[in-house]
Amino acid sequence: MNILLHPETGVEKMLAMAVAILLFVAVVALVLFITNLPKRMPSWGVALLFLFPAVLLICFGLIYPTVVTFKNSFYGRDGTQGVGWANYIQIFTSPDFLRVLLNTVLWTILVPLVATLVGLVYAVVVDRTRYEKLAKTLIFLPMAISMVGASIIWKFVYDQRVGLLSAAYTGIAKFFGHTVQAPQWLMNAPLNTFLLIFVMIWIEAGYAMTVLSTAIKGIPEDLVEASRLDGLNAWQQFIYLTIPMIRPSIVVVITTVAMAGLKSFDIVRTMTAGNYDTSVIANEFYTQSFQNQNTGLGAALAVLMFIIVIPVVVFNISQLRKSQDVR
Amino acid sequence: MSEKKTRLTRREKALIRTKNKLSSPWATALSIVIAVLWTIPTVGLLVTSFRQNRVAISNSGWWTSLIPKNWSDFGFGNYKTVLGGGYNLGGYLINSFVITIPGVLIPITLALLAAYAFAWCDFPGKNILFIAVFALQVVPVQVTMIPLLTQYVKWGINNTFWVLWLSHTIFGLPLAIFMLHNFMCDIPKELVEAAKVDGAGDVQVFLKIVLPLMVPAVASFAIFQFLWVWNDLLVALAFAGNTPATAPLTARLSDMVGSRGSAWYLLAPGAFIAMIVPVAVFLFLQRYFVRGMLAGAVKG
Repeated sequence: MNILLHPETGVEKMLAMAVAILLFVAVVALVLFITNLPKRMPSWGVALLFLFPAVLLICFGLIYPTVVTFKNSFYGRDGTQGVGWANYIQIFTSPDFLRVLLNTVLWTILVPLVATLVGLVYAVVVDRTRYEKLAKTLIFLPMAISMVGASIIWKFVYDQRVGLLSAAYTGIAKFFGHTVQAPQWLMNAPLNTFLLIFVMIWIEAGYAMTVLSTAIKGIPEDLVEASRLDGLNAWQQFIYLTIPMIRPSIVVVITTVAMAGLKSFDIVRTMTAGNYDTSVIANEFYTQSFQNQNTGLGAALAVLMFIIVIPVVVFNISQLRKSQDVR
Repeated sequence: MSEKKTRLTRREKALIRTKNKLSSPWATALSIVIAVLWTIPTVGLLVTSFRQNRVAISNSGWWTSLIPKNWSDFGFGNYKTVLGGGYNLGGYLINSFVITIPGVLIPITLALLAAYAFAWCDFPGKNILFIAVFALQVVPVQVTMIPLLTQYVKWGINNTFWVLWLSHTIFGLPLAIFMLHNFMCDIPKELVEAAKVDGAGDVQVFLKIVLPLMVPAVASFAIFQFLWVWNDLLVALAFAGNTPATAPLTARLSDMVGSRGSAWYLLAPGAFIAMIVPVAVFLFLQRYFVRGMLAGAVKG
């Protein structure tokens, strides 16, 4: 039993994993077996058995905890003393938290806008060139890298002594005849927040580029031809044909990336741990809940994320459906 | 409908396209700048990870090493150091695999069952239940964490692989059900009905007709679930308890960055070890990856 709960060596861990998978397979086999027992199982019976495991997990892991967190957000540090709106008032009045909110707003707006712009421009420029596939893979690859990995990559770029950014900075200064020392980039507010945001843009641009590139390729050929016969030049064609035709996809990309920006945690955690005025809601949630053991404040921050995300998701889903209908 | 239109040959189409392209030198220059900006940092890290001269590594940029005075400055030394010894990234790599494999397998299997029920079964309240599952995609995982942790502690299973498998399953389910349901609805009705007329029960239909047709859809979603679980940091920090027993590579690396100083030159190989697996998966299965992305498989 102890091996299954607390395996120590690699072999024991593999063993525990194998047991878990076998257990799971047994459960699924049991569900299928019971469903298959009666000669004619009514349709609702099948549905009941097939849905039971998923719905049970969702109720236990998503619905119930969400309710508890909403309740906790009106309680104090350890969740026993009711404090009314105090946690929320603290978030919206203390200068530290206002800084966190401002940073979060910057992340939520800048990441989708710049990533979409870069992705769109790149998709248009490399469209149907000889190197399209390679060019796209290069931009796309950061999507597969973890945000922790991306943070390390950029931490090297932003390093004061050996970083590429510092070298470019001192190099340019030297070109104009100044001798300067590169600053500690990541300790310099508010510049550091923008440097962190750029890492997220670096990751998300590939997503924007791929979706928009597919949308561009979906524009009917005869429309392109007609616009040419009407005498539109490339720029006009981009503004009056391409943009309106792929508008639904643009909206989907912006909203999807906005949500990713709003929830970004890994980059801030890894690069600055929220120090030097770089913290965002998701990072502050972690700090309050898991490091300061302030359950109430952490819950209020989580609820705040939830509330901000709802309208964006609803809008995103309605647009996603529209763009899929079009396709 | 395109039949009626005047057909252009492929060459003519290509000609129109090329003439219409924003093919000014500025556009080309811009695309090159973006491509370089997007690639150089990773190349830099790769070069850094093979630099063995620890004095040089903390005093000079990686590009200065490209004209080596001494080839022995390069080697696998850093990789050897991080994989074994006190850093033991090899152990964390195993943890990442142990967490990820069930963390992908379980939610997809459960979602396939649920998606089948939503797509091919009739029962009261079906639409409301589906919308409810669908709507749960909006819940940020942060909202669920503290109550879940309390529960895990109560059961005495916190800081084990079991809570990581359970949590990743829970967090993956709503989107998995939604996406697999969408793909499942594309299966022709006649196929399922014909099988039922021939006397096949739902289990047979599920195993013999629906599953084989769902392979590409499952592949698309599996890649995304794989990347989320493998690259996840938040769930690992919250539930894995930052110890060599259960923590994945991401958690360990994030920790090493925070307490760098001595480990500075080891971060580069560490990051690359964590990257190899997802990048390989991505490069081999790019087609499915794009497909899943277009179907909305991006966690909001």
